[in-house]
Amino acid sequence: MTAPTTTATVRVVKNYDKPFWRRVLLSRETAIVVLLIAVAIVSASTVRGFNQPLTLTFLLLDVAPILLIALPMTLIMITGEIDLSVGSMVGLSSVTTGVLVQAGAPFGVAALAALLVGVIGGAINGFLVTVVGLPSLAVTIGTLALFRGLAVGLLGTTAVTSFPVEWTALAKAKIAGTAIPYIIVPFLVLLVIFALLLHFTPFGRGVYAIGLSKDAARFSGVHVERTKFVLFVLAGVVSAFAGIFYTLRFGSARGDNATGLELQVIAAVVLGGVSVFGGRGQLYGVIAAVLLIGTLSSALRLVNVTSDVINIITGTLLVLSVIGASVLAFLQSRRRRPAPTPTVAASAAS
Amino acid sequence: MTTTNIPVSAVSRTIGRLGRAREFGILLAIVLVVAAGTVKNPSFLFSSDGWRDLLLTPSILLLVAVGQAIVIITRNVDLSVGSVIGLTAYLTGRLFSDIPGIPIPLVVLIAVAAGAVLGLVNGALVAFGKVPAMVITLGTLYAYRGIGVVWAGSNRVNASDMPSSFLGLGTGQILTIPILTIVAVVVLGIAAWYLRNTRGGREFYAIGSDPAAAHLYGLRVTRRILTAFILSGALAGLAGVFYAARYGTVDSQAGTGWELQAVGAAVVGGVAIVGGVGTVWGAALGAVLLLTINRALPVLGIPDFWQQAVVGVLIIGAIVLDRVLAVRQKRRLIETRDQA
Repeated sequence: MTAPTTTATVRVVKNYDKPFWRRVLLSRETAIVVLLIAVAIVSASTVRGFNQPLTLTFLLLDVAPILLIALPMTLIMITGEIDLSVGSMVGLSSVTTGVLVQAGAPFGVAALAALLVGVIGGAINGFLVTVVGLPSLAVTIGTLALFRGLAVGLLGTTAVTSFPVEWTALAKAKIAGTAIPYIIVPFLVLLVIFALLLHFTPFGRGVYAIGLSKDAARFSGVHVERTKFVLFVLAGVVSAFAGIFYTLRFGSARGDNATGLELQVIAAVVLGGVSVFGGRGQLYGVIAAVLLIGTLSSALRLVNVTSDVINIITGTLLVLSVIGASVLAFLQSRRRRPAPTPTVAASAAS
Repeated sequence: MTTTNIPVSAVSRTIGRLGRAREFGILLAIVLVVAAGTVKNPSFLFSSDGWRDLLLTPSILLLVAVGQAIVIITRNVDLSVGSVIGLTAYLTGRLFSDIPGIPIPLVVLIAVAAGAVLGLVNGALVAFGKVPAMVITLGTLYAYRGIGVVWAGSNRVNASDMPSSFLGLGTGQILTIPILTIVAVVVLGIAAWYLRNTRGGREFYAIGSDPAAAHLYGLRVTRRILTAFILSGALAGLAGVFYAARYGTVDSQAGTGWELQAVGAAVVGGVAIVGGVGTVWGAALGAVLLLTINRALPVLGIPDFWQQAVVGVLIIGAIVLDRVLAVRQKRRLIETRDQA
């Protein structure tokens, strides 16, 4: 810890000895996608009212903020960092929009200001993590309190509800002829951007490299600090955008908007197969996980199960999914090596 | 551990001073806040209500922060404590209302044991599943809260359901010091002694400093991590009892969000989130500081809506300060080494 030794943990990307089809078909992401399809089919055939188009509309409206924020969160967690402040940023962006609209600013200006707040908030996180060199868990617990505190402080217990009708209507409007709300359009645009960024640019390769080994990534020329900084700013600005949507959807800007959203986002990201140690994860797994939780929730709500049971299911799914992966890895290592060898020797050998 | 190969005297004294300075600094901050509040409104400290609240308010968070500090020192984190408080507080209330005449010590024991079991579940999943504590306890945060909500539904336990002798614990004082505060401080003292003076306590620090080294050295890492989580759960269970006694009404949402307050208190108190550093005293003082500021803000004419923002600034300030001190200390150590 104190001496510059070479004890950086070496983690080996497993499973590349298997054929491509096995890697794809037996992956964590595939399991989540299959589970999502299964849940959707079972719900559609057994739950009354699930087949109505309105179900899909509300499902997408409900999960939209989580879907949006899960994109940058996936990248942040692949680098091995975390951002707990996103829920508070949603609240702060919501309040910023509300306060400015209340003060008479046009909605567009207020929304731009909220996005700017998102950039600044993300930059604060990024600065503290990359320049000052603090652990992101501690930093973002601090900014979680700070952003939420600013939001609550600015509005107190009051709420701003005087938003232009054309905007609030747009947030809930469906694309003509379908049951899909318009918010999916910006989501898809962001999804394409993030997917291209992650899978087709040196920046994206750097994201994975940092998560696998920060030191190795630095020695290979990855701009570790710059990459992380950019990711935190992206998380801030996307959260701010989600905050504007959240405000419009419920037609109300309140200091406590989206409290606890960060945990839902992180739960979905981890469920979707992103390793909390970093270095591993796919966007499609995360999106499937968000939709899985959303589908389960809306199906259960239709059979009059309260939202709290959904929380149990989210929590249990999360625990089971990580434990399941561990158990599986344990069993595989047992099967391959009857005589257990020390992990250090094993990773050095491969 | 780096002090072995350098002249000990000056350096170890510096480290000792830094360690002491942290708790001292927070104490100073608490005194300043209390002084400011008292100057503005003398009844902040000098009325019987003010004095009591000053001591009583932090005592519940103090317990949780102590448990959290122990877990964080082992390089883990327990995000489920808020939900454990909710479950055990409701359990306390239900025991009183369902079994009339149940002795109070038995209820306390059951609630603490229930908390310990919930902590054991966390610990077992973390230690045997080899999964990061953050993920596990994030999952159990939802799961435990959900169990509480399913169990309680929209019911709540009211003060009338609980015996007055139990509620008396929440308001009772001995020599003007609230009973709950005395219990919390005794627990704090035991925890501090355990962490400082026993083999088990020191092993927590060893594991947090370097889990791999601790394992190679032959420490029973799994067992210690289990112990840390059980302690955190049990202390959250005790905090749940306190909660019921102090507030008199418990619904399914009791303790929501306390996990971040507890982590915040520990971090402000100088417990490093990366493990191996910090004391339960620091965490306890951190808890007192956070809640005292909370009470002082309205007195100072700042709407208490801003309290969370102040807490955020404090947490960030505390970790930045730690970082600056660590960097300076490292530089000094290197200088000392180069001179030698």
